[in-house]
Amino acid sequence: MDEHKLRELVAGVKDGAVSRRTFIQRLAAVGITAPIATQILAWNDVAMAQASLAYKPTKAGGGGPLKLLLWQAPTLLNPHFASGTKDQIAGRIFFEPLAGWDKEGNLTPQLAAEVPTRANGGLSEDGKVVTWTLKQGVKWHDGKPFTADDVVFTWEYAADPATAAYTTGSYTNIKVEKVDDHTVKVIFKEATPFWADPFVGVVGQILPKHHFGEYKGAKSREAPANLKPVGTGPYKFADFKPGDILTGTRNEDYHVKNQPHFDTIEVKGGGDAVSAARAVLQTGEFDYAWNLQVEDEILKKMETGGRGKVSAVVSGDIEFIILNTTDPWTEVDGERSSIKTKHPTLSDPKVREAINLLIDRDSIQKFIYGRGGTATASFVNAPKQFKSEKLKYEFNVDKANKILDDAGWKKGSDGIREKDGKKLKYVYQTSINAPRQKTQAIIKQACQKAGIDLELKSVTASVFFSSDVANPDTYTKLYVDMEMYTTTQPQPDPERFLNQFVSWEIANKENKWLGRNVSRYSDPAADEAYKAAQKELDPAKRAALLIKVNEIFCEANVILPLLSRTRVAASVTNLMHDHSGWDVDTWNVAAWYRS
Amino acid sequence: MATYLLRRLLIAIPSLLGISLILFTILALAPGDPFSEMATNPNVPPEVREALRASFGLNDPVMVRYLRWLSAMAQGDWGFSFASRINVDDLILQRVPTTLFVVGTSQILALCIALPVGIYAATRPYSVFDQIANTLAFVGFSLPTFFTGLLLILLFSIKLDWFPFVYRSDIAASGWRWYWEMFRQAIMPITVLGLFQAASYTRYVRSAVLDVIRLDYVTTARAKGLGEKTVTLRHITRNALIPVVTLVALQMPAVFGGAIVTEQIFRIPGIGSLLIDAILANDTPVIMAVTFVFACLVVLFNLIADLLYGWLDPRISFR
Repeated sequence: MDEHKLRELVAGVKDGAVSRRTFIQRLAAVGITAPIATQILAWNDVAMAQASLAYKPTKAGGGGPLKLLLWQAPTLLNPHFASGTKDQIAGRIFFEPLAGWDKEGNLTPQLAAEVPTRANGGLSEDGKVVTWTLKQGVKWHDGKPFTADDVVFTWEYAADPATAAYTTGSYTNIKVEKVDDHTVKVIFKEATPFWADPFVGVVGQILPKHHFGEYKGAKSREAPANLKPVGTGPYKFADFKPGDILTGTRNEDYHVKNQPHFDTIEVKGGGDAVSAARAVLQTGEFDYAWNLQVEDEILKKMETGGRGKVSAVVSGDIEFIILNTTDPWTEVDGERSSIKTKHPTLSDPKVREAINLLIDRDSIQKFIYGRGGTATASFVNAPKQFKSEKLKYEFNVDKANKILDDAGWKKGSDGIREKDGKKLKYVYQTSINAPRQKTQAIIKQACQKAGIDLELKSVTASVFFSSDVANPDTYTKLYVDMEMYTTTQPQPDPERFLNQFVSWEIANKENKWLGRNVSRYSDPAADEAYKAAQKELDPAKRAALLIKVNEIFCEANVILPLLSRTRVAASVTNLMHDHSGWDVDTWNVAAWYRS
Repeated sequence: MATYLLRRLLIAIPSLLGISLILFTILALAPGDPFSEMATNPNVPPEVREALRASFGLNDPVMVRYLRWLSAMAQGDWGFSFASRINVDDLILQRVPTTLFVVGTSQILALCIALPVGIYAATRPYSVFDQIANTLAFVGFSLPTFFTGLLLILLFSIKLDWFPFVYRSDIAASGWRWYWEMFRQAIMPITVLGLFQAASYTRYVRSAVLDVIRLDYVTTARAKGLGEKTVTLRHITRNALIPVVTLVALQMPAVFGGAIVTEQIFRIPGIGSLLIDAILANDTPVIMAVTFVFACLVVLFNLIADLLYGWLDPRISFR
């Protein structure tokens, strides 16, 4: 999809000839996530749709208790310290950002009066200034008014490196100015096409200045409000035991009329995913359980009781395989898989193409992930019927065999193909996780049929995902031929997400393997497109550039996407909830109700 | 006695230091990173992660970190949890009541079953009752708690729907209702732990009583014409229970330490689940504190057991 086509589509949405949903799906098919698609519409002055859950109750309160079960217990409530999803979910009950993302990727105002657009003057022509208008009449839980000072303070707080906030990255390169009590300006150093990052979604929770003001910087840990949050959210804090239970009561002064529905909220943590699903689907002890990484078959069995239901929403998580084009078995300057080396066999594009044909994505989805993932050939989150015309996946052993035959890889006496004494034997690594080991087995079997021998290796997740410089088994070291894991796109910024495809981010010894480009592959065309996208203000042009980056890597068969993961949650039958793959599960907890 | 006590306490210091050093080194050498969750998150630049590591002092050499921990500990500062950024002692104190209640009650339950059953079985060795008690005891301690726990959940929570299987420390009720809810949620974990412990205690009590029951003074007591009940309770049990008391005293650290597996299954917010969560999150200060407290308790209760032994059996003297 090029820029011209994109413009036609946008025009179509404007005239009403193309529905918003179709537009989003068309873009998703080419690797543009829903939030970006809606950003393109917003840029072109098509209004954003609002929260996707229709709220029925006609008065606030009266809904009794709402009980959430997280199988990983929240341990802290300050959203700027919350590195784990469990903590972000807990913090979001009390704190709110200026805007959040709904499940279709619409930016939905929460503490802002409206979403900035060019039409309402919120976005400047040069792409450097975003002006947020804040909602009037919002009160903190202690009765003090919420103003622009709190927004400015949140920026100062998070941007201070001594605070040790995990959200620092979103706030360091900006300046925030108060215009009046209910208007703030976010000033970026450079033209920033994706501006909806600071004060938005997971990283955007606004903190009350009157509670955190004295605890900026090194004293951040001492703030009493870290454990007794005072926010603007739909529920007020009651009690918290880290790693166990969190309770809240209804905020009677909540700034949305008739919300929230429930009188109290309880978040219990601990245990494991299967028994969490059981407590919702089978016994109904809890109303909602999150992130159920449980085999779909087990969930289906539990659902048969009729007490609860399972819901899945698309997210930016992609399960994929990297084919290493550098040599993992030769050490150069103290590191293996150095870009100075070339993989003896995988550097042959034909071999990579063959391996891509040997991945039975449909079976992996059908038999392993079920509702937990959708088979895909690109870094995409698309409904199945909207697969990209360009990026397709296929499972075809005969074709793979033919490609390898043509490329001169002949089967030896042991059934393994070789050329010039180099055999197609690979080590295929992933983290320990039952579905991943099953996926490994499926791929190994197919490769065997094509004369490729895979040695399966699994590393415990705490090692695999650590940044331990001394450990050879971390995922960024890539000391193997093939590697599989899930990468998360937690915030709908494809630019930062796609930085794993640029040459200056290649993980190596020099940057202590902290570089984001784990595959080590690079292409000047991808670099160029990425750099252009960073400066490109027109979202349509920018989208086209980012699609290009994505396609270059997928077509080179260096990155073999397997599945677009969904976020699976369970809820009791009568709970109407609204969880989003682009924000935390409780992003819109105010609008949940019992029917 | 006083010099004995002093000597034992002095000996305890180097052994505790050694334990803490070994614990710390093992934790430092073990792979993992408290910020691993950020690793796959492109939103968190690697520099932020590095800065966090540096600000928590994770990049210093092991020995420097150990000495820093030790000097802070000596001043009563237990450090703060990386995961929740609150003080470790607060975190532990929050968990102690639940653990004491659940594990303590289960120990009492275990003794209430094991003592009568063990004594009765020993007074009638190889009778039908003894055979049944023995068989059940073997079954009891060969079934691990994670198995019986899941079994009870499937039966009583899912099939019969009698008890909840998620333990909640905040019960929104007061008065009798509160006690009733507490009882309902605690009954399954207490049963699981209690029966498991009772099985091994029963075997122990039985053999201890059997050792005593054939001694001459028991025969003398009977020859004096004392009733069977008096002989059993006053002459046999009292003497047979001396080793049992030691056993129970040595179990006491476990009462504080919690039951890791059972707490995880029933989501009981006790010390055991705190430890497991901390290990999974690579939360070194919490792991250190919990294991170190546990080590202290083991040393302390060993000492108490030795003192009790001497008090119960005057033939033993302290030197």
